[in-house]
Amino acid sequence: MAESVQLPDLAVRPAAAEVSDAPRHSAIVRVTHWITAVSAFALLISGIAILLAHPRFYWGETGGASGSRVGPSLFDLPLPFVLNTPIRGPGRYLHFFSAWICVLTGLFYLLYGFFSAHFRSNLLPAKKDLSWRLISDHLRLRRSPAEDAHSYNVVQRLSYLVVIFVLFPLLIWTGLGMSPAVTSVFPWLATTFGGQQSARTIHFFLTIAVVAFVLVHLFMVYRAGFLGRVWTMITGRTPR
Amino acid sequence: MSELITRRKLITTGLATAAGLAGVAAAATIADRYGFIPPDHRGIFGAGETLTYAAQRILMSRHSMAREFSRSEISKVVPVNGKHPQTDEYQRLLAGGFADWKLTIDGLVARPASFSLADLKRLPAYTQITHQACEEGWSFIAEWKGVRLSDVLNAVGIAPQAKWVFYISIDKDWWDSIDVPDAMHPQTFLAFGMNGQEIPLDHGAPIRLRVPRQLGYKSVKFVNHITVTDTMKGIGDGLGSGSPSAGYSWYAGI
Repeated sequence: MAESVQLPDLAVRPAAAEVSDAPRHSAIVRVTHWITAVSAFALLISGIAILLAHPRFYWGETGGASGSRVGPSLFDLPLPFVLNTPIRGPGRYLHFFSAWICVLTGLFYLLYGFFSAHFRSNLLPAKKDLSWRLISDHLRLRRSPAEDAHSYNVVQRLSYLVVIFVLFPLLIWTGLGMSPAVTSVFPWLATTFGGQQSARTIHFFLTIAVVAFVLVHLFMVYRAGFLGRVWTMITGRTPR
Repeated sequence: MSELITRRKLITTGLATAAGLAGVAAAATIADRYGFIPPDHRGIFGAGETLTYAAQRILMSRHSMAREFSRSEISKVVPVNGKHPQTDEYQRLLAGGFADWKLTIDGLVARPASFSLADLKRLPAYTQITHQACEEGWSFIAEWKGVRLSDVLNAVGIAPQAKWVFYISIDKDWWDSIDVPDAMHPQTFLAFGMNGQEIPLDHGAPIRLRVPRQLGYKSVKFVNHITVTDTMKGIGDGLGSGSPSAGYSWYAGI
């Protein structure tokens, strides 16, 4: 019975020659994926180093102080105030350096995605796939990862779209919203969120969202066969 | 067929690399000419610093104004980092109500001069209600009263070849510098008042240099010496301030 279910599935698989000619991921997707992965990791590590100087969050324009700890906060993380400049200083340099690499890579990827068929064919979900039943099946991990060896499933497509078009743009926006120089030109970068401290708080929650995405992403890669999928993202080829 | 593609790829890649290198060289020349190169442009992170500084210098007109706020938005409690200097020199000036205090301006200026607090207060005074963010993460809004650094620099006659303005605190370990566009910006103040009173001691009395388009650490307290230069060489480690050696960007517009 199980075999008879598998049969039509096998029939729609591309022929072997097709698989080897058209890589699963194009070279640009592979290269930008890994540069983004490394720079996002550097942003996370350096972001933590910066955050530890003042692990409290506020809403509005202003808040708090390290020495006197005045002013009501929105919430405090149960972390110590780490004020050693040897941690925070290099953390700041690394943060803005990685941010540039991440942003420039992202812009390049966006241009590629729009001008090639990448976004349209690989990330935009097909209308027929946008059914609650299918989505809930994927969310409950009821479908085999083998089905997605050659194409992203609907939940993957939706989550990648959210990361690319919502989380990363908002991270950049809230990051710039904390800049006194950039907001001198575009005040709305800060005021839209209610102020510089609100932008900082949202920046933190967006980071949590990206970290959650990465954890689920890594779990799904593990579930589908970690080495095989990593190999595919490096070489573009699906292991046979 | 595949050989042809390989050769074509090789030629395209070669041309792209050559164009890229030429582009980088041209960009470096232009950046240097228009003052888009920060002093901490070397090292692994230098490229990021240069991109940030150049991008913000291009984006911000010289007169884009730091956001200003209404009186009702002034922070009720004003946080402060650090205490006023405990040195004999500072205590002596403080005991005399800063009557003996002088601000020395030298370097690339036509008429090097010393200003007393009374001299400074004879210049037109301005106020600004601006946000100050510490790189640690906290921030506050205060009303600052003071004179424009540009008025003082114009009074002493800043030389056309001037590129940097250094400012040094009575607390000698604290010094920094900004470029001439930031020094001549209308919101860059030599501030002597804060929230309707004389600036409190721990906030930098008698003079704090306010640079509201950059993070708090660029707004040096207790400033009593300003030097205008066209080079950073020979001043400290040549990186424009003590910040880069501690890992902090010289340019803090972030």
